[in-house]
Amino acid sequence: MTATADAPMAAAAAPPRTARGTTLDRAFEILCFSAATLLLTALAGLVVSLVIGGWPALSKFGFGFFISAEWDPVNEVYGAAGAVAGTVISAALALLFALPLAFGIAIFLVELCPPILRRTIGTAVELLAGIPSIVYGMWGLFVFAPWFAQHIQIPLMASAPPGSLMEKLVAGIPNGAGIFTASVILAIMILPFIAATLRELLNTIPATVRESAYGLGSTTFEVITKVSLPYIRTGAIGAVMLGLGRALGETMAVTFVIGNAHGFPTSLFAPGSTIASTIANEFTEATHELHIAALISLGLVLFVLTFAVLALARMLIGRQQTL
Amino acid sequence: MSMANAAPRLSRRLGEGVFLAACWVATGIALVALTTILWSLLTKGVGGLDLNVFTKSTPAPGSEGGLLNAILGSLMMCTLAMIGASLVGFLAGTWLSEFARDSHYGKVVRFLNDVLLSAPSILVGLFVYEILVAPLKGFSGFAGAVALGLIAAPVITRTTEDVLRLQPTALREASVALGAPVWHTIFAVIWKSARSGMLTGALLAFARISGETAPLLFTALNNQFLSLNMTKPMANLPVVIANFALTAYDDWRRLAWTAALLITATVLVVTMLARTFLRGSARS
Repeated sequence: MTATADAPMAAAAAPPRTARGTTLDRAFEILCFSAATLLLTALAGLVVSLVIGGWPALSKFGFGFFISAEWDPVNEVYGAAGAVAGTVISAALALLFALPLAFGIAIFLVELCPPILRRTIGTAVELLAGIPSIVYGMWGLFVFAPWFAQHIQIPLMASAPPGSLMEKLVAGIPNGAGIFTASVILAIMILPFIAATLRELLNTIPATVRESAYGLGSTTFEVITKVSLPYIRTGAIGAVMLGLGRALGETMAVTFVIGNAHGFPTSLFAPGSTIASTIANEFTEATHELHIAALISLGLVLFVLTFAVLALARMLIGRQQTL
Repeated sequence: MSMANAAPRLSRRLGEGVFLAACWVATGIALVALTTILWSLLTKGVGGLDLNVFTKSTPAPGSEGGLLNAILGSLMMCTLAMIGASLVGFLAGTWLSEFARDSHYGKVVRFLNDVLLSAPSILVGLFVYEILVAPLKGFSGFAGAVALGLIAAPVITRTTEDVLRLQPTALREASVALGAPVWHTIFAVIWKSARSGMLTGALLAFARISGETAPLLFTALNNQFLSLNMTKPMANLPVVIANFALTAYDDWRRLAWTAALLITATVLVVTMLARTFLRGSARS
């Protein structure tokens, strides 16, 4: 954002003018103000509605709601821990996969890409970000999961020595659906987003800074690790957090490939569930009031999670911009 | 040149080579992912793309049908959502840029708009369920449109504020110096000058909501039949994909792939269009 000396309208327009002009001015300002306030009200309403809607479950289970992983709609016992664990684990794994790739792509586009290809490859990566979540879900379930089960999961399970940690990690039904697959799909989804932000940040580094480093005889690797990355550090952390926020709240793609089992995931390839996938799967079928309330409470937990990540990200990115 | 220098130099060159190769590989992986996804969509979706898709409604399993009801439903809800969201977004963005740039309230609104922008879309669906579906005791196309609008409005607000901020102060001063009132200055000068940027924001918002599924699951629900009644459950492409893809019926799955192809093509074309607009506005 270019924060130049462009003054806002209110400051630019001080001179008195005709009564009709000022009345309309006032009306227009109020109209704009109302629109802005409507957005604020919408967010406040969202939070309040989640609290009110989830209250029956929160008051019945109390703090136990957050630490119990038991989710049993038949006996009306609900605990959020399993879904929260699934959400956090899948998002963290996704970040782990996406990060190195996103850095690689951003560096490639800024430092290495032949200028003729830059626009094409940049657009292609952005298109990856435009593909709807549900399409990722279908592709993940019908194309990626079978391939993954056949070529990675089964060989890994066969080669794991009995009794080892590895055997525990890769245990599960070899159908390709589970926490790990969900993380891979999530990684592909957040990858272009993080890469695009990193690329913008890298482009903000003054050319002279990078050129001086090159002039001293640095290799590209040294320029990136010793000059560029330290320069964009806070902003880059912010970009990564924004990616994490997206991965936490992603719904349809995860619902398709995670296998949808309640409780704590037992291995990397075991089926699990996230907050968003649990809500998507059960909300329309929930008939008991308590079940609906428990699902809405889950939504509240998700909101708090994403809000915390987001607020931190905005703080870091904001700091970078003022540097 | 002594031999002592050769070893570190070699390791530096090796490190550089590995690093550059890794960057190439990372970009390659992203391009392979994009290609295989588009390839799957084409090979599985094009086969089902015939006239029936646009002339018939979603079928019972085993019988012939198309996606007419879902396409119309999606179009109606997205249009309504975009009308509302553009109105709110343009005005709110204008307020943030022209009236409240450094005020405390402006900062709060700006931050909360960013929160709304990145809030998980399924929560927007829950919210609209709570305020429109549960009290009125029924899923409706109207509720779906409100949910989509709530997702589009923050996007439009953000882009509008960003492009309005880029307009030079001289433009505002020139207009006011000629005696134009503020509302007229914004209306006829600032908005006009920022037109293509604002349009880009709206297009990007449209691209985002046209593929959104989660907020429609408990608002518009779905409708097996053709219905143009916004107060009743309404068919839409994303939910049809979600329902049909997870069934065991081959013809339903084929329709789901065709619907996925249609949505992705729409989103990608609109995104490209938005980029072209943006480039055009940057040049002028």
